[in-house]
Amino acid sequence: MRYIRPLSIEDAVGELAKAVGPAAILAGGSDLLVRMKGGFVEPELIVDIKRIGGLSDVTETAEGFRIGAAVPCAVLGENKALRKAWPGVVEAANLIGSKQVQGRCTITGNLCNASPAADSVPALVAAGAKAVVAGPSGKRTIAVETVPTGPGRTSLAKGEIVEAILLDKRPEHAGDAYLRFIPRTEMDIAVVSAGVNLTLDDKGAIKTARVALGAAAPTVLLVEEAGQVLVGSKLDEATMERLAKICSGACRPIDDKRGTIEFRRKVAGVLARRVAAIAYKRAGGK
Amino acid sequence: MNFDPRFSGRQFASVGTRPIRPDGVDKVTGRARYGADFNMAGQLVGRVLRSPHAHAVIKKIDTSKAEKLAGVKAVITAKDLPDLTDGDAAMYDILDNCMARKKALYDGHAVAAVAAIDARIARQALKLIEVEYEVLPHVTDVDEAAHHHAPLINDQVFTEGLEEKPAKPSNVTKRTQFGHGDVHAGFAKADFIVERSYKTEQTHQGYIEPHACVASVNPDGTADLWVCTQGHFVYRQHCAQLLGMEASKLRVTSSEIGGGFGGKTHVWAEPVALALSRKAGRPVKLVMTRDEVFRASGPTSATSIDVKIGARKDGTITAAEATLRYSCGPYAGSWAEIGAMTAFACYKLENVKTVGYEVLVNRPKTAAYRAPSAPMAAFAVESAVDELAHELGMDAVDFRIKNAAQEGTRASYGPVYGPIGIGPTLEAVKHHPHMKAPLKANQGRGMACGFWFNFGGQTCTDLNIGMDGSVSLAVGTVDVGGSRASLSLVAAEELGIDYSHVKAIVADTSSLGYNDMTDGSRGTFSSSMATISAARNAIKILRERAAQMWDIPVEDVTWEKGHAVAKGEKYGNLSPLSLKDIAAKSGTTGGPIAGHSELVADGAGVSFATHICDVEVDPETGSTRVIRYTVVQDAGKAVHPTYVEGQYQGGAAQGIGWALNEEYIYGKDGRLQNAGFLDYRIPVCSDLPMIDTQILEIPNPNHPYGVRGVGETSIVPPLAAIANAVSNAVGVRMTHIPMSPPRILAALDAEREG
Repeated sequence: MRYIRPLSIEDAVGELAKAVGPAAILAGGSDLLVRMKGGFVEPELIVDIKRIGGLSDVTETAEGFRIGAAVPCAVLGENKALRKAWPGVVEAANLIGSKQVQGRCTITGNLCNASPAADSVPALVAAGAKAVVAGPSGKRTIAVETVPTGPGRTSLAKGEIVEAILLDKRPEHAGDAYLRFIPRTEMDIAVVSAGVNLTLDDKGAIKTARVALGAAAPTVLLVEEAGQVLVGSKLDEATMERLAKICSGACRPIDDKRGTIEFRRKVAGVLARRVAAIAYKRAGGK
Repeated sequence: MNFDPRFSGRQFASVGTRPIRPDGVDKVTGRARYGADFNMAGQLVGRVLRSPHAHAVIKKIDTSKAEKLAGVKAVITAKDLPDLTDGDAAMYDILDNCMARKKALYDGHAVAAVAAIDARIARQALKLIEVEYEVLPHVTDVDEAAHHHAPLINDQVFTEGLEEKPAKPSNVTKRTQFGHGDVHAGFAKADFIVERSYKTEQTHQGYIEPHACVASVNPDGTADLWVCTQGHFVYRQHCAQLLGMEASKLRVTSSEIGGGFGGKTHVWAEPVALALSRKAGRPVKLVMTRDEVFRASGPTSATSIDVKIGARKDGTITAAEATLRYSCGPYAGSWAEIGAMTAFACYKLENVKTVGYEVLVNRPKTAAYRAPSAPMAAFAVESAVDELAHELGMDAVDFRIKNAAQEGTRASYGPVYGPIGIGPTLEAVKHHPHMKAPLKANQGRGMACGFWFNFGGQTCTDLNIGMDGSVSLAVGTVDVGGSRASLSLVAAEELGIDYSHVKAIVADTSSLGYNDMTDGSRGTFSSSMATISAARNAIKILRERAAQMWDIPVEDVTWEKGHAVAKGEKYGNLSPLSLKDIAAKSGTTGGPIAGHSELVADGAGVSFATHICDVEVDPETGSTRVIRYTVVQDAGKAVHPTYVEGQYQGGAAQGIGWALNEEYIYGKDGRLQNAGFLDYRIPVCSDLPMIDTQILEIPNPNHPYGVRGVGETSIVPPLAAIANAVSNAVGVRMTHIPMSPPRILAALDAEREG
């Protein structure tokens, strides 16, 4: 096994592109090291990206926020501007694992690990976040929901690295939120989860809405119909009922050790209602 | 030895205080040495190859490729652990469980092991071992396994305990029955009868420290074993017998223990590590991964229990009956038998009958788990008792008080009780402010009782007095819950000196006579009895030395508050001699001063507890939060009240996990789906409220200080208390443990849909 710590994204991409055996990218390592210790993966090359310039920074730009791929989730929680603009994304990132894990894990890693139950991903998808991908043929910016393609699988090509996540600048009257169901209170993995991102018009009616569900299908689901049903409403009871029904219907869950199909369907609807109400309140809705 | 163990009703100076524990600093600074913290020069890494199949014939194992890998120093299979058990069926089962001989009987069953110079090579070597399996049909569910169509796990098993010897083999190894009176006549007199069936899923003790040991077999045939265990003397006996060694040639040293709860009373990895060391000629460290702990060390039984209880309008129970089926893993056990004994132990019953069936399944060998078998039986019985109280229109506590066992009651499992604590714990609960606290919407309150036998057993201690007046106490019961502090308090009490002058250690198997293991809540009960006895023997010598120093007859010397006192007016000018004074002169008065004790601690007093629990259930998700919890339990005498409270809280915490989320989940392929703490959900800190405790002290007449064991009873009532609370919160009777959110939501939906 070879461990390298390149100083530029180009070097990292180059090493990954020419790797012959299995290679892995290391940021916080909260997924990779656990899998290695358990004997599930045995990479021949490990590329540590933490020393690459800019990858450990959160930058506020004219367009919004750029979150480097090596920024630990705990750092997001300490960024006041980010917390104010995207509270749902930050609360999702700060639910991953335990306090100790949050000091290591990253939202980019959470995205690229491609678990349907990843906590930060439904919030990022609802937020309309973008991923900046560096690769052998240059850089491209893609919607985060196009990165995972199935459990443990991504659309990234050999040699490609997600170097940052981009979040838009927030307009007035905007709010987002994330909720997950776990049988415990913390240090657990979502049985089903929901993220909602809303903007309101001057009268307090919903102008735009994005709804995403986690652990409800092989990848995180962007439920466009659920977003549409919210537009124009002030979250009256009938809209909430329809939202819950659409979200329950959109699920394509499985029966497994964490929950049943029935349970996930039902609770997806319950969480969508509850999380929509939180996002609406955060956006200034009454 | 003329040791008098009877309760004397003395006043205490040290016992009942709360000093800090002697092992505390090491533990909070990380210096304490647990099983994996021992190391030896030249030590190898041991790893075990485990069956991926729930049930399969092992047709062939080829280890040649693994043996040729550079860095591999030994590879073993069952051939390297020949059967030396000489017809001892229980020992044969232990041997077969350590290393499968003909069949792999569960997912995770050991089939081979390697010792290599590092972990990477050991892992590679495991991949090079070729095992040819013939996969057989399997069964993991207790009810399915008991069915006559189920795949047979062992075709030599014919159900014992039936009136006629069965003609066909079965997965039911044994039927046992307890009780007295005539239940049919009793039910005929009942105005109300509740009859229900209950299920509980299999749980693991969930100790944080995985099994770990270092084995070193020397060329001269002697061997050392450092191991995390609840009973190093028992491990010595078992390992020596399985390896064909003389027990005296194997020295076992117990490490600090990161939890055991009954799960470290059984050998798994230790005989394997010794066999590897013997073959490699070097020390071998073997540490289980968490995955291995779940798949291959002992969980408790899964159960299926039917209960029927009848009562008259006035609230008198007229008859009670239970049929209990407990899974044993693939080897015979007595788990249902214990369940059948404990089921109705809290009550005074004219007519009672319990029947237990031991059931083989393709799961790991069932091991003891804190009051083994009692929590499931209590869940079923206490749920039915609660429901019957509702039907009668009686308060659940009053109904239990009316039927509670008392001194002189003949227990459902046979013996007649002495002074017991069930009535007092119920009275304490009845008057506890918790019972009157208001509840909000979606909240419910439940309560339940529990019983555990407690054990005593063989015990040996040494008490040595240093020339500086310090006392070192060597005990042979592993400290799992603060017993070094408690036993130091007892030594200080008996000698009349300060706690800070006593230091207790757990001695290895070559330093003391045989000790039974720390199980059955016996650690403090039995070793305190032996410590009192050893201290009294030391006091006898201290008096003799004082008499010698004063040159007076020993009969005129008494021992009071840590001093030899010359009795009688003629000695008026003799100042008392302190233990320290006498110890300082011991070199010239006959040498070191010590007290020894060896005894069988009989008369462990039975133990009772009553718990109260408030829960809040989210009706939309089935999620349950325990918002308040109170434990009331009889301790006999709380030697160190903080650690008694810790035992009460720990049992309740484990019970809460069991009641709400913990369970072994098997796939259709017979493989364990959740062999890790992510998906085997024990409670985390924030899942639990502060667990309130109330210690009652109803002295055990068979212990000088009145001590009863306290470690286990606290896990008996929680399943039922929480089930009663949840059922009261949601208005639906919950009969399947754990009451996980999907189960509660499904039950609520079924009720809503009528």
